[in-house]
Amino acid sequence: MSIQPTPGPPPYQEPDGERRPETPEEPPGGSPQRESRPPPTLRPARPRWQETLSLLAHNPTAAIASVVLLLIVVVAVFDDTFASEGANEISVTDRLQPPSWEHPFGTDDLGRDILSRVILGASVSLRVGFLAVGFALVVGTLIGLLAGYYGKRVDDVLMRFMDMLFAFPAVLLAIAVLAVRGPGSGNTALAIGIVYTPIFARVTRASVLGVREEVYVRASRSVGASDWRILTRHILPNAAPPIIVQTSISLAFAVLAEAALSFLGLGTQPPNPSWGLMLAEGRGFIELAWWLAFFPGMAIFLTVLCFNLLGDGLRDVLDPRQRTQMAGGSRAAGAAAAAETGGNA
Amino acid sequence: MGDVLVSARGLEVHFPVRGKGKAAGVLRAVDGVDLDVLRGETLGLVGESGCGKSTLGNALLRLVPPTGGSVTFDGTDVTSLDRRGLKEMRRRAGMVFQDPFASLDPRRTVAQTVSEPLEVHGLRSGKRERATRVAELLELVGLDPAVAGRYPHEFSGGQRQRVGIARALAGEPDFLVCDEAIASLDVSVQAQVLNLLRRLQRQLGLTLLFISHDLSAVRHISDRIAVMYLGRIVEIGPAAAVGSDPQMPYTQALLSAVPVPHPAKERARERIVLRGDVPSPSDVPSGCRFRTRCPYVFEPCDDVDPALQPAGAPGQLAACHLHGVEGTPVTRTPEGVTADP
Repeated sequence: MSIQPTPGPPPYQEPDGERRPETPEEPPGGSPQRESRPPPTLRPARPRWQETLSLLAHNPTAAIASVVLLLIVVVAVFDDTFASEGANEISVTDRLQPPSWEHPFGTDDLGRDILSRVILGASVSLRVGFLAVGFALVVGTLIGLLAGYYGKRVDDVLMRFMDMLFAFPAVLLAIAVLAVRGPGSGNTALAIGIVYTPIFARVTRASVLGVREEVYVRASRSVGASDWRILTRHILPNAAPPIIVQTSISLAFAVLAEAALSFLGLGTQPPNPSWGLMLAEGRGFIELAWWLAFFPGMAIFLTVLCFNLLGDGLRDVLDPRQRTQMAGGSRAAGAAAAAETGGNA
Repeated sequence: MGDVLVSARGLEVHFPVRGKGKAAGVLRAVDGVDLDVLRGETLGLVGESGCGKSTLGNALLRLVPPTGGSVTFDGTDVTSLDRRGLKEMRRRAGMVFQDPFASLDPRRTVAQTVSEPLEVHGLRSGKRERATRVAELLELVGLDPAVAGRYPHEFSGGQRQRVGIARALAGEPDFLVCDEAIASLDVSVQAQVLNLLRRLQRQLGLTLLFISHDLSAVRHISDRIAVMYLGRIVEIGPAAAVGSDPQMPYTQALLSAVPVPHPAKERARERIVLRGDVPSPSDVPSGCRFRTRCPYVFEPCDDVDPALQPAGAPGQLAACHLHGVEGTPVTRTPEGVTADP
């Protein structure tokens, strides 16, 4: 049989169906040899993360959110360059200036430039957010993996412990951690991380419970793969999508939590700025000088919104069913044609 | 052929059943199976769904822990293997699964899937050697090695099943369990995969346990056939004998349900329709487990569980009192069956 080049996009085909009759099985012994063969490789034709990124780029909301987040992160990383010098320095003559060309976001009650402090605060708020979610992600995912995979006793012990943490109101638990360890941004991150660990453990466990029973896990065991290999190569990658989505949403909540703790005076300590702390400090002047609280509030709003939008976009892109619709159709037909062998014999 | 590669003795796999309230029973998926798989043969295992065929296949490879009895693989006791021994056993025994859409990890390429046994057992050192071996294996099962970098969702069912077979063969096994390996494929593709398995079995000298509910497929590929009913082997023997002259009433009924591809013969085909349903494997009848549906039932069937005994052709065994009650021959008359005095 010959494979004809199809003009234009190939027709839609059911992803599950037989696409075309396969070549009949050749009689024993006589396997036709190909003359030239591309160099053998174990790498995928196109890495999966590249495909994910390109799909994400086609989702306008998620793409815009990613770009804005990237900007915020760049500003936070290079805060010293973007902020004018001496953002913590007090200048009584400049106090409570409304937004102007010289001070685009105005100045606060101690005469400090709010734009510069919002930029410095981005660094603090995001660092706390990433550290907290990073801690929760690593610890929670590990606990969830073990609980979900081994089940029974391991599951009972680990998850009851997680339930205990979960039973406390989040802010109360964070306050308790900070009361023990003292305030400061590092401890704030730890406190928020501990609060979010059970969420990651639960999300991971639920996802693992589904993946654990898959036939390909049994297949991997049937060829002699160890538990560790099965966990890291098969279960974690397949259980990952809800965890990734949870990560982006938790980042939003962590920024808010840092704001809340700083507002209560337990997070970042003055004179260092964080968005939450600035919000708290500006509260007293809300009738006199709205810009004190408005701009840090907007910064929080924008960041949280973008993390949420990115989370939504990721959830769509990582869903295998949607993925097949978005990317699978056209490539699958080509693959089916290319996969046949011995057809010209 | 001749010596035994895999052997089960009194093999039992019971699952606990959590009923409503306290009544916890056991589901006897495999209930006292004696089975020898000879080196180099293809043994077909048939039975209706739920009779324990797949559980038996899984238990032979210790993918399901047996609750009783023993399994030996090439002389070593599988049930008492340590971690290292189990790993080596799993290199030497492969498994092909029923659903090729579920048995391949959707996030791993064909090459990654096929090379997993190579990595696990350290069979090829270095990426290039593994890639070369993967290409060999793909060619062996009739796939173009150039597709190695693709993901499972880009393939058809038959092609995926070929990938599954390539993975099972990667460890150079002696024994291959095909658990309903063609059941979820289109009929035309079934024949191709069946022929592929037969070619591989000859080419590589494999011992094959071919589990299926499709009697025609089993007759086509097997040297011997074992028939399973409610967790027990009820008849076993050479494929020709079991396929043409079954000695156990259940096998007779099973065979009479297979359509014949000849109009006149098909019209003349006499069907034995069994009464009732298969009893629940958590409530197995006393005596012969087939007695609730057997057309020939007589008094010893109620109390005595028949063992496999020679019946019909040489090498054919059937678990039925029609071939003698505890050694005593019986007579079959149109009125019924009586034990000889």
